[in-house]
Amino acid sequence: MEWKALLAVVAAGTLVAGCAATAAETETASASAGSASKSAAKIAFPSTYKPYPSDNIVITGATIFDGEGQRIDNGVIFMSAGKIVSVGGPESAIPTDSTIIDATGKYVTPGIIDIHSHLGDYPTPSVAAHSDGNEATSPVTPEVWAEHSVWPQDPGFSRALANGGITSLQILPGSANLFGGRAVTLKNVPARTVQAMKFPGAPYGMKMACGENPKRVYGGRNRKPSTRMGSLSLTRQTWIKAQDYRKKQRGAKPPKRDLAMETLAGVLDGDILVHNHCYRADELNQIIDMSKEFGYKVTAFHHAVESYKIADILAKEGICSAIWADWWGFKMEAYDAIPENAALLQQAGACVVIHSDDENQIQRLNQEASKALADGRAMGIEISDAQAIQWITYNAAKAMGIADQTGSLKPGKMADVVLWNDNPLSVYSRPEKVWIDGAMLYDANDPSRRPVSDFELGQPGEGDVK
Amino acid sequence: MKHLATIFASSLALMAAPAAAQTIAITGGKVVVGDGSPPMDDATVVLRNGRVVAAGINVNIPADARRIDAAGKWVTPGVFAGFSRVGLVEVGAVRATNDTRAADSVFSAALDVQYAVNPFAAPVAVNRAAGVTRAVVSPGTGNSIFGGYGAIVDLGQDSDPITKARAFQFVELGETGHRRAGGSRAAAHILFRAMLNEARTYARNPSLFDSDLMKASDAKALLPVINGNTRLLVHAESANDILKVLDLRKDFPSLKLVLVGANEGWRVANEIAAAKVPVLASALSDLPYSFEDLAATQSNIGRMKDAGVTVAIGMINDRDAHQLRYSMQYAGNLVALNKVPRATGLTWDEAFAAISSKPAEIMGMGARLGSLKAGRKGDVVIWTGDPLELSTQVESVFIDGVEQSLSNRQERLRERYRNPAPGALPKAYDR
Repeated sequence: MEWKALLAVVAAGTLVAGCAATAAETETASASAGSASKSAAKIAFPSTYKPYPSDNIVITGATIFDGEGQRIDNGVIFMSAGKIVSVGGPESAIPTDSTIIDATGKYVTPGIIDIHSHLGDYPTPSVAAHSDGNEATSPVTPEVWAEHSVWPQDPGFSRALANGGITSLQILPGSANLFGGRAVTLKNVPARTVQAMKFPGAPYGMKMACGENPKRVYGGRNRKPSTRMGSLSLTRQTWIKAQDYRKKQRGAKPPKRDLAMETLAGVLDGDILVHNHCYRADELNQIIDMSKEFGYKVTAFHHAVESYKIADILAKEGICSAIWADWWGFKMEAYDAIPENAALLQQAGACVVIHSDDENQIQRLNQEASKALADGRAMGIEISDAQAIQWITYNAAKAMGIADQTGSLKPGKMADVVLWNDNPLSVYSRPEKVWIDGAMLYDANDPSRRPVSDFELGQPGEGDVK
Repeated sequence: MKHLATIFASSLALMAAPAAAQTIAITGGKVVVGDGSPPMDDATVVLRNGRVVAAGINVNIPADARRIDAAGKWVTPGVFAGFSRVGLVEVGAVRATNDTRAADSVFSAALDVQYAVNPFAAPVAVNRAAGVTRAVVSPGTGNSIFGGYGAIVDLGQDSDPITKARAFQFVELGETGHRRAGGSRAAAHILFRAMLNEARTYARNPSLFDSDLMKASDAKALLPVINGNTRLLVHAESANDILKVLDLRKDFPSLKLVLVGANEGWRVANEIAAAKVPVLASALSDLPYSFEDLAATQSNIGRMKDAGVTVAIGMINDRDAHQLRYSMQYAGNLVALNKVPRATGLTWDEAFAAISSKPAEIMGMGARLGSLKAGRKGDVVIWTGDPLELSTQVESVFIDGVEQSLSNRQERLRERYRNPAPGALPKAYDR
């Protein structure tokens, strides 16, 4: 229930960020008094994304995982004008004047969504000149926006598309700071500008971090925070300022624009979703208490390797855990990670999202979900294949506030679709074709349907299968 | 209650010395020898005195053998991680537990990982439970292009992990070598040649050795490299760096070279094959992480293999201390490439060999390790299905013919939090 309420707020708020004038926009504008400065911020850097041309496509005979936990055998999916028109079983009517793709023996899923990526902000080549993911000059930088660092020419976007079937992804600023700044959601469509990749209508996220990273970065410079208690105190002090700013925003004399405070006020208003990097169970709980103190909600804990220890609490609070399948041991707060984390959360009824945070594993998010599923089954937790696909599609979309537009194969949604040459939960499977808004942007059988970034042009390996 | 008893028993097993090697017959499984030959259905593997006696169909089963029914299961050699840092790290970011590189040491080539490998490190048990039984363990480099001696280890639960100490020397000659040597590949190559020449000087008269470049211990450590008694594992990624590595033989004809990484190996695969230099390659590297990796592709291993290069899967700078269990997934991905037009993968049989017999062969230990041929060490894994498939679980692991505990911290944590809410007492009392 809490989720639905949150999503409603988000949907209303975010459409303002896009270009379409809708009833929701009007509603939001009239609902927030004294928000001249606020809306000025919201229309900055608007999405200019436009879907590429698409055909009427019918895929027949495939096993379909719809992204919301359902499996359809020998299914038929019809997309037209960039949208999903229908999804059904073998009895479905097949429209004429469409390209029909016989996918017998193959699988169809929604486009895969990575809720946690740094593509573009930490692009390859990973040279120092490209290190644009952490504004590690102050522990509190809610004023920075990840989209202002994104390099659309990062070759990683194409690998994520071709090998991973990634159609949408959230780019977060890094975790050096307690408040890392705004995240941005992109469609995985190559473009000259990041605005042309921005997911229309997606709400902003805000990256927060707890734990080792902020205290290591700033403690190492003899600055606050050098401890976890320092982190919490600085975070709470910042929220107090944000509450004050928000109060003034609503008063007769709105304050001078403050980029940092605009972001935080957006969180307190429920327009901006909190993505909180946090590992340990005890710390997750500290953050939950803090969010209650200031009246905001954590949408997802990212990297929450110890979520399984408090799966019941997370289920009750309605907070997603965006997690790896099996990373562990790289630092102290990752020491207790176990590969059954996702399954234990699912068992407790908590929201699971499998994320990558990695330019390699984003290419195999399906395999990461599969490993997490297998480890759960091995301990006796029954989870279906279709539910595991939900971890990397609908659940990710939900936690990014875009589930009304993508993340599952429901009529009216964006035609973000992957045709796999085998069960995507098998190691032997690869995407065969990927459509984004109905436009076929990857085809394994067609070398011309493979993006080559500017950086790769004229370099060894240009246009290779990768 | 039953669960608690099992866990208690397995934790005791962890502390106790492992049982002695029995005579064991694993019957009825789908047996993979690991040498690139296809799996055999309904076959038997016999282990005795810690070694493989036979693997095949119609194998004679000794009367005293403990029989293990593996019908419906797969039976393979243990996975051999072709390049790793397992046992050198407990927690990556906790410096005191991270022995991969000695950045501030006065020594370089003389460093020897056999003194650092910890058989009781949690990653050893975690990867053992996943079916990894042997590994190449390499040092990283600290203040020099040479990192020191690496070892071949087993992942058994006993206290002696070393299968072969001083199995190889490790050197960086790509971008990391450039950095370690002072900022250019020219510096790395002159340092390489100068250190090997100094070692020769040392060999002529150790008592008079006095070098501005290196300690006597480092010089001594390079002698078996120069004369080809010890393999030299060279990390290089770019086509150009690889060619420069192959050229080293002109000055040092006895070098027993093994390339590590080799992301652009496919571009010079014919040259590598002609030089008969084997490769421990990264499997799925396909991004231009750096300018030395511009042409990286997942087809690299397949293309090198097709060109006649002996190649195995290794993990370099890729969670190489904790996630050796990715070896199977990586191998499976190379099989998947066969269905991708224009990509070059490995057949299933080749892919499994790339994580079993091939690394053993490349390290000069193919006669002792890496396959289920008679006489090899009894490293065997029984799996619930295809070992390269993500859904497959490990049922049993034998190392040197000894059945291993599969218990580890991750399993213990999992069981403690199977139901997260505390019971009559806090979780700390639940074990």
